[in-house]
Amino acid sequence: MNVFAALSTVITASGGEGGEEMPSVLAVPIDELVIGIIAFLVVFGVLGKLALPKIKETLEERTNTIEGGIKRAEEAQAEAQRSLDEYKTLLAQGREEASAIRTQAQADRTAIIEEARSEARVAAAQVTAAAEAQMAAERAQATAALTRQVGEMAVGLAGKVIGQALTEDARVRATVDDFLTDLEQQAAR
Amino acid sequence: MSAEVVLASGGLDCHLMSGCGFPAPGAEIFQFDAVFSFTIGSLVFNISKVTILLMIVVIVIIGFFLYAFRRPQLVPRGSQNIGELGYLFVRDGIAREAMGKEGDKFVPFLFSFFFLIWLSNFVGIVPFAQIPITSIFAIPVAFALIVYLTWVPLGIYRQGFGPFFKNMLFPPGVPKAMYGLLAPIEFISNIVVRPFTHSVRLFANMFAGHLLIASFSVASFYLISASLIGILGSVASFAVTIALTGFEILIQALQAYIFTLLTAVYISGALHAEH
Repeated sequence: MNVFAALSTVITASGGEGGEEMPSVLAVPIDELVIGIIAFLVVFGVLGKLALPKIKETLEERTNTIEGGIKRAEEAQAEAQRSLDEYKTLLAQGREEASAIRTQAQADRTAIIEEARSEARVAAAQVTAAAEAQMAAERAQATAALTRQVGEMAVGLAGKVIGQALTEDARVRATVDDFLTDLEQQAAR
Repeated sequence: MSAEVVLASGGLDCHLMSGCGFPAPGAEIFQFDAVFSFTIGSLVFNISKVTILLMIVVIVIIGFFLYAFRRPQLVPRGSQNIGELGYLFVRDGIAREAMGKEGDKFVPFLFSFFFLIWLSNFVGIVPFAQIPITSIFAIPVAFALIVYLTWVPLGIYRQGFGPFFKNMLFPPGVPKAMYGLLAPIEFISNIVVRPFTHSVRLFANMFAGHLLIASFSVASFYLISASLIGILGSVASFAVTIALTGFEILIQALQAYIFTLLTAVYISGALHAEH
């Protein structure tokens, strides 16, 4: 095939017989070699210095931006989660406190009512006792005064009826007392 | 089919049944006369079509990437997108693949090789250019030489002269008796043959691909004649030329990738003792 034809040319030419004018395809002319090296060095130099550092930087910046964005979002989420937890804790605390306060208030109310009731009871008892004492005193006084008056009136009346003074007579006094005792018994009945 | 091919292969009148044999294209289609020459010191520079194409390729690459990355944006647009695609391909697909995160330092080096070779290969199917620059042996040799002169000093610098050669010639985990056999093989394969295979792999692929396309396009021209078999042959050859051109596009990218990946692997081996 053609490839063999070409290779035979190559071999004859590289044989260096000098019979053919055609140089070998495997010949490496120094000028082409140098031009090839220069071509690469120019591309490498210009792109390596001017173009590629910029794109490298941009790609790194992009990575950082994306990673930074993700990180920021994660931080924000963590922050939100923390706030939520805190809020929940506070809410639970508040509920607990409220319930404690309610319980306390309930207890306090009962206590206060109880206290007020006992105070009232004591006061009422005092008032009653005072009133009873006063009534007893007044009654005793009234009884004494009445006894004396009724006695005097009765004696006066009897004196007027019998026309003689029976003031100092012990029998009269005993009679009056009996009479009054009878009266009291009737009244008590 | 370029004019050179036609002229080099027997002229416009050479067809089947015109008493003219098939003018098979040979090594002459890889020879280009100097358009002009100049001398620096004692060295004569012959500037031919190939060297001019190489300069154009250099300018196109530099121009494109300077333009694409002139003011890179965080949110890429237009040419920056394309440029970034290339950059990330070289960084993630070649440099990091071979060296890990450490490869980032070598991205510009590998990037330059990849695009220079790819475009140099691609020139082979650009109308009027139609010669893969890398099918001229001196060009792959120049590239392989740069790679060789990079990884060997780098290995000596990073590992030290003794350890570098010791790790290469006496890889651990091999029975001691084998070293007598292994060390010369390793030396020849790594130090002597490697730059040669590195350049020939690229050169031979592009050379053969171009020769195939040239052969079939010459055939499709040669077979045009007043006969059914000639017409059918011509059409078939033309179809094959188109198919091979499509295939070449694949090979061009693949060879650029292979050359660059091997470069990365050699550098990686120089940075650390091979396991």
